[in-house]
Amino acid sequence: MKPGDGVETYGREAQPRVGFFTDTSVCIGCKACEVACKEWNLVPDDGLVWTGNSYDNSGELSANTWRHVAFIEQEAPDPLKRGKHDFRWLMESDVCKHCTHAGCLDVCPTGAIFRTEFGTVVIQDDVCNGCGYCVTACPFGVITKRELGGDGGMHKCTLCYDRLQDGMEPACAKACPTDSIQFGPLDELVERARERCGDLVEAGVSEARLYLADENDGIGGAGAFFLLLDEPEVYGLPPQPIVPTKNLGTIWGAAAVAAGALAAGVAAAFLGSGK
Amino acid sequence: MSATSPTDALSYYGRPIIKEPVWESDIPLYFFTGGLAGASDLLALGAQLSGNSRLRTSALASATFGVAISPYLLIKDLGRPLRFLNMLRVFKVTSPLSVGTWIFSAESTATGIAAACRLFGVLPRVRATAQVLAGLIGPAQATYTGALVAQSVVPAWHEARRELPVVFAASAAASAGGAAAILTPAEQAGPARRLGVIGGVAEVAASKLMEKRLGQLVGSVYHEGEAAKYSRLARASTLAGTGLMALAGRRRAGAVAAGALLLTGSLCNRFAVYHAGKQSARDPHHTSILQKERGGRAVTQPSNRAGNGSSPAASTR
Repeated sequence: MKPGDGVETYGREAQPRVGFFTDTSVCIGCKACEVACKEWNLVPDDGLVWTGNSYDNSGELSANTWRHVAFIEQEAPDPLKRGKHDFRWLMESDVCKHCTHAGCLDVCPTGAIFRTEFGTVVIQDDVCNGCGYCVTACPFGVITKRELGGDGGMHKCTLCYDRLQDGMEPACAKACPTDSIQFGPLDELVERARERCGDLVEAGVSEARLYLADENDGIGGAGAFFLLLDEPEVYGLPPQPIVPTKNLGTIWGAAAVAAGALAAGVAAAFLGSGK
Repeated sequence: MSATSPTDALSYYGRPIIKEPVWESDIPLYFFTGGLAGASDLLALGAQLSGNSRLRTSALASATFGVAISPYLLIKDLGRPLRFLNMLRVFKVTSPLSVGTWIFSAESTATGIAAACRLFGVLPRVRATAQVLAGLIGPAQATYTGALVAQSVVPAWHEARRELPVVFAASAAASAGGAAAILTPAEQAGPARRLGVIGGVAEVAASKLMEKRLGQLVGSVYHEGEAAKYSRLARASTLAGTGLMALAGRRRAGAVAAGALLLTGSLCNRFAVYHAGKQSARDPHHTSILQKERGGRAVTQPSNRAGNGSSPAASTR
């Protein structure tokens, strides 16, 4: 996996790129990751709401939910149980993807969002002015504005930047009792994930697939990638995400053409009139 | 969920995949005031070069109104308004908002200097130079906002990336022409009327083209909800204003009515685009189906598994 955009600016301080491999096939939906994340990062409580959507009561990733466990109930034989049941759970702990080409980082107009020496993407809370442009640039809907207590800033997973600096693994991975969330150097994780996916397919779980582990995809691969057991949309994930800055040239080109057309229009308005 | 979205496409309890933009109505309002300022400064420069000082003053007045009200709108919409200066820490070409911050800063400074010189009747050369600068930056000021929204993952904006800057430029031209036609005696207002007509025609045509190029799935947002309401209002108002300006623009009442209609049309158009983006972001199928089509894969057929999360679940508290 490529190092993230911008990590080379660290020179000799650059660290091996780290990330998460979330293996949903062993997730038991205990939400220890959600709790550990809230505890460690002091992410505020945003209310207890019963969504009615299976066991999911945090709903989605947001400024106040940096790990979110999705619960999907399907009437289908569970391949791991050899067809004895006609029902299966899908559970997936979602998180910021720490993209190789990160839309939020590209568009942040204050420089609050930056690439760390570990190749992760972090928002500096003391710089962010809450303009909200990153919200529109994230292909995964990870970032939102924290309205609680008049905060007004944008927040998301930091991949526990403070813990990384002290050589510790992120709180969610530490708390995960089944190693569904694995933390480590990205290269090693990708290798391990490919092996795990191959084993699953061989064991008859033909729908097992890796998501965001390909460095040639629309975001250059992610620092947090997944092993899924169904289509990404089932988990609320975009099937083929693309960083919006991929079309930057087209967009600035279109703006230049439009500016030229406006100048031509005004010039035309003055043609044939002396005054 | 839009009527054209296949309800059998997959989603997680119908929840959006991307997040809805957090911007409030200050932002589409700024698209209008910023566009008005940019195109008006260009109109004022044209008037200066052609020696039409009455029109120059009117257009400068519209531009000054635009740059005076815009900072209030922009800063108010920030989650942390007191930190607006943090935008001036960096210049990033990958961020149209960053580039736009500098464009707007330059535009408003030049316009402010020109207006102050006009108001106090001093430093004519400084005024002329400031007007030249403001006029040259004007087209960038009027179009970067189109690039700003296009540079996003919101399907109704990103898929219209080629058309949005043109729509915004045309809308800015129509509003600047309309405003200057209201503020200028008919004798000197010829270029303003023509700009209003050119802009009005271009605005309706470009918007229509944009909707068409968005295709059935994403383009449908302009036929639903708030976006449809503002889109219809914008088109009717701009068409009426354009026709009236062409036919009765030389008469005072005609110019005022036509100018007001063009301004209303431009304003409503910005709100139509704004709501189209919000509606499109809310629909998970816009994101998922577009991406699957782009990837050359057929949209997944409905699975025979019931309760896979795509059915709306009852919500209790």
